[in-house]
Amino acid sequence: MRHALLIALRDLRERARDRTAYVLALVLPLGLAGVFTLILGNIGGDGEVFRYAVADADRGVIATTFTDEVLRGAATGGAIELRTASSAAEARAMVDKGQATAAFLLPEGLTEDVIAGRAARIEVVGDVDAPTGTQVARSLAEAYTGRLAAVRVAVAATVHSGVTTPPADLAAEAAASLPSTVVAEDTTGRRQLEPKTQYAAGMAVFFLFFAVQSGVTGLLDERRIGTLARLLAAPVRRSSILAGKLLTSVVIGVLSMTVLIVASSLLMGAHWGHPAGVGLLVLAGVLAATGAMAVVAALAKTADQAGGWQAVVAIVLGALGGAFFPVAQAGRALEVLSLVAPHRWFLRGLADLAGGGVAAVLPSVAAMTAFAAVTCAVALVLFRKVVRP
Amino acid sequence: MSVLSCSGLSRRFGDVQAVDDVSFSIAEGETYGLLGPNGAGKTTTISMITGVLEPDAGEVVVAGQPMSTSAIAAKRLVGYVPQELALYPDLTGRENLRFFASLYGAARARVDHVLDVVGLADRAGDLAREYSGGMKRRLNVAIGLLHEPRLLVLDEPTAGVDPQSRNQIMDNVRALAAEGMAILYTTHYMEEAERLCDRVGVIDSGRLIAEGTRRELVEQLGERDRISLLLDGDLAHAATMLGGIRDVKSVAVHGHGLELVVDDARECLPVVLSAVTSNGVVVRSVEVNEPNLETVFLHLTGKALRE
Ligand SMILES: Nc1ncnc2c1ncn2[C@@H]1O[C@H](COP(=O)(O)OP(=O)(O)OP(=O)(O)O)[C@@H](O)[C@H]1O
Ligand SMILES: [Mg+2]
Repeated sequence: MRHALLIALRDLRERARDRTAYVLALVLPLGLAGVFTLILGNIGGDGEVFRYAVADADRGVIATTFTDEVLRGAATGGAIELRTASSAAEARAMVDKGQATAAFLLPEGLTEDVIAGRAARIEVVGDVDAPTGTQVARSLAEAYTGRLAAVRVAVAATVHSGVTTPPADLAAEAAASLPSTVVAEDTTGRRQLEPKTQYAAGMAVFFLFFAVQSGVTGLLDERRIGTLARLLAAPVRRSSILAGKLLTSVVIGVLSMTVLIVASSLLMGAHWGHPAGVGLLVLAGVLAATGAMAVVAALAKTADQAGGWQAVVAIVLGALGGAFFPVAQAGRALEVLSLVAPHRWFLRGLADLAGGGVAAVLPSVAAMTAFAAVTCAVALVLFRKVVRP
Repeated sequence: MSVLSCSGLSRRFGDVQAVDDVSFSIAEGETYGLLGPNGAGKTTTISMITGVLEPDAGEVVVAGQPMSTSAIAAKRLVGYVPQELALYPDLTGRENLRFFASLYGAARARVDHVLDVVGLADRAGDLAREYSGGMKRRLNVAIGLLHEPRLLVLDEPTAGVDPQSRNQIMDNVRALAAEGMAILYTTHYMEEAERLCDRVGVIDSGRLIAEGTRRELVEQLGERDRISLLLDGDLAHAATMLGGIRDVKSVAVHGHGLELVVDDARECLPVVLSAVTSNGVVVRSVEVNEPNLETVFLHLTGKALRE
């Protein structure tokens, strides 16, 4: 292990002098995430139609107004497609199966609560892979609950004074005095990420696959420049040489992710979530990326060839996993394929973290760790031929 | 006890039998030259001796320790200077040395010591990529010396370097041998082998086809040292005189000249000259002809050492 550490430290010292490494690991992902946020962050897509589901457990006037006025209004305008679900469970299932971008869950007693002056909640369940559509759904619900707050204040005022005031006046009064109520949170524990976090995370995990390349590909470089023969002649176990290379990748990956997370939080205002959950996701993601790139490197004959193949694999996995654009709308087949992409699990884990506690990331962490275990094992077997000429 | 002994080493790559049943050994303080044309199997042999490559057959023992690709103990005893420059270009000379010193568990002080030995102390802080070809070669050698190995293996350590660096490297090798290090040296430069090596092995197409000191090899071929003299005076008398000297094996008369076949031309030249002049014969010219390894090599392999 001491030898693996020495080998990794030497690699890192050399990498630290390589300017293109910084560009790939830090400058590009931050820059692209910023650009995506600017261009895409605030619009609902050009001509894109969002499919929403609504489940009305209330059936009171407040719920019906939301469905009939707000949602059907938007649907007749052509901006959304609306489907009615018979229950909250069915609505959630529609989101999970990709039949709906987001679902509005109007809870039982919504109208009663509003009339009684209690906080009103509309739950929005969004598809992780469709951040824009979910964001739009949120905005719609927010706009309506904002209005509900006004109604609530009006009701309260009426109750207290015993005087009937025209609703329009009360609404105006309310708007002046109260911020809109918070939209109810997704109770399934999976909330969508806000766009800037989504883009920052997508870019970070996408470029992570490039950042970890240099470590595992270093073995091929060393073979080319002849230093591998020196390592093989040194009193060092071959497994330590391989471990050193993997360690280099892991350290570079964790460092670049950490810098990206801090920088995107400070510069773009991204919200990554609880540090413990983010840490687990980052570690699992780095291991998965290292494993994937190690397999490719082990199959290649030269470092240049490995670099080319790795770029292709990183882009395909990234696109599949929704690092650039959500894959949910692209159809079932692709969605199933996306299960093999660590990117998908990384982003899913962050969304789960936003919606639930730290434990919510565990399924995603488990998926990425499994991916890492399989790929690293395959890579170690394949690499044996590189160190055994 | 020999520091290195290899027996029956063989290794095949696909259809090419790169090394075929090679056996030899090197004693403490001895410098052994492995000579052979391109593709003869020198590097392959060395790779098996250094534990980089697993042999198909045969075994290598270094100072009593069996060598293999996983033999940590044996590898500690061997210093390796690969044929290719094996340096990290983006590290300084000193950083290159420190890294390998740490792998071998060599003391930090050894780094400065070997920098001095190869004459790179004043450039130790420069990146290896900025070194001249000769400096890179010297750093390449220095790495092999870090842990004071019992056996130093140098695979063409002077390939393509300037005379100054070459002399420096050869002086280093000589000094190390004098300290008792066993040295295995391959080269394409015949004069290096003749100057440095106590014994040489000639390898061709993977087989060790001859082995011994220069003199032994030369004699195996029936080649002898010759001294040609151009004289004024009584040739016949001179010839009889010279024929009586112990080391002179034969004397032939050609016109004004004599041709002597001797055991060791350098050793008996003074005796020959004083014998001739003391008889009133005037020596007009002397020519000494020592068959060298180049001749041996051409004879054995039908190839020149350098192509
Ligand atoms: N890794 C390898 N794969 C396939 N063939 C190899 C390999 N290494 C060496 N060979 C072959 O084995 C033979 C011996 O090669 P080797 O490098 O040992 O020769 P050499 O004596 O060191 O030559 P040179 O003086 O040119 O360095 C050559 O025919 C070479 O092509
Ligand atoms: Mg060679």
